[in-house]
Amino acid sequence: MNAGLTAATSGRVLRQVRTDHRTIALIVVVPCVLLGLLAWIYDGTPVFNAIGPALLGVFPMIVMFIVTSVATLRERQSGTLERLLTTPMGKGDFMIGYAVAFGALAMLQALVATAFAVWVCRLDVAGPLWLLVVVAVFDAVLGTALGLLASGFARTEFQAVQFMPAFILPQFLLCGLLIPRDQLPTLLEWVSNLLPLSYAVDAMKEIASNTDPVTAVLGDLGIVAAFIAGALALASLTLSRRSA
Amino acid sequence: MMNNTGPAVAVKGLRVVRGKRRVIPGLDLEIPGGQVVGLLGPSGSGKSTLMRCIVGVQIIESGTVTVLGHPAGSTVLRDRVGYVTQSPSVYADLSVRDNVAYFARAVGLRGADQREAVDRTLVEVDLVSHADSLVQDLSGGQGSRVSLAAALVGRPSLLVLDEPTVGLDPVLRRDLWDLFRQLAERGHSLVVSSHVMDEAARCDRLILLREGRILADVTPPELLEQTGAVDADAAFLALIDAETARSGERSAS
Repeated sequence: MNAGLTAATSGRVLRQVRTDHRTIALIVVVPCVLLGLLAWIYDGTPVFNAIGPALLGVFPMIVMFIVTSVATLRERQSGTLERLLTTPMGKGDFMIGYAVAFGALAMLQALVATAFAVWVCRLDVAGPLWLLVVVAVFDAVLGTALGLLASGFARTEFQAVQFMPAFILPQFLLCGLLIPRDQLPTLLEWVSNLLPLSYAVDAMKEIASNTDPVTAVLGDLGIVAAFIAGALALASLTLSRRSA
Repeated sequence: MMNNTGPAVAVKGLRVVRGKRRVIPGLDLEIPGGQVVGLLGPSGSGKSTLMRCIVGVQIIESGTVTVLGHPAGSTVLRDRVGYVTQSPSVYADLSVRDNVAYFARAVGLRGADQREAVDRTLVEVDLVSHADSLVQDLSGGQGSRVSLAAALVGRPSLLVLDEPTVGLDPVLRRDLWDLFRQLAERGHSLVVSSHVMDEAARCDRLILLREGRILADVTPPELLEQTGAVDADAAFLALIDAETARSGERSAS
């Protein structure tokens, strides 16, 4: 690991994204549109206040998962990854570089989406707003780490995009948004205990309902961080310097 | 400046399988340092595979590949060997300058050294006027020059270039070969593959490959002398015909 090479990689990834204005617009605008739609659907009921924070955590994870898995697949296909791995650039520099770049992008997304949810959609949370943004950034980095891992198993961009429903939708169904996790059938509750998105949503729910959620949220974020580290470690096994 | 005592590359008993095919069935080779060595042969002859072995990205079945005294692909070689693949491997959605600067940073250049190396390399590949264009807006030939620049920028001791002049106009091809020559004179070693036989005359040494075997490992004048041909194209065909005749005799007897 070399901090300079990691920073150079983050800078390079962000410069690439900067040339693609439409992607930036989609990353920032789409969550706001969806949150606005949801607030409108549930207008006059308490539902939006209950699930709005959780969705603020789910969007960045999904978006960053797709963006990262397609971007890394492109690196594999264009030969740039193979070329980088013939230089002193390490696998860790490469992966952490991506995680930092998309974490920064997620910060932008989370700030805009949280501001929109709170000030336009009148989302009311008991806990501090800044903590919503912190959890959203963790979720985004989780999406990036899972995307790096998933791209190792994709041979084409079609496959990479299909990994979104395969990797993410089961987590979405079991994360406690549809019904609370402790009301799931026992086996499914166990499964949901093994999925990272469950803890991301738990953290958001704490912020929604608890006036002093910091301790509980730190516990959940610790588990999310462990999943991020695990996914990056597994992903590094899919980046090999030699191929057949 | 460079350490030219040993060979740049030493290959012993190399065997490589790709897919179901044995691309290199057993190859021994020494490539001298400080020279431009041309790797010639028809497509599918194993040129690219041999280059991948030298750079250390190819999984090999058996044998050893030693580069500048170290096993191919070792950590110590990572800023001493530059590699350019056949299709350009650079970022299409970055500018020319950002691409070259990033690969310069990857081999450890920074600050003023990095900027100077990038500026010098942009001149060498004649892309100064396009420095701020995105690679995706360039022509194919310009794209391959960006890819070449990304390897040249670190001034590696060994440059492995897979068909670097495909799609380039004659003026640019001549300029690049002049640059290869200057680099060799300064002690760098170059392995350059090519389809274009008239480029063979500009090499110090030629290695002719066919079906993963070495047909000839000679200097350009030796090649013409041995075959009695007037140019590299004819010489190559003469060698292939002779080889086919020999293997025909072997299977007939």
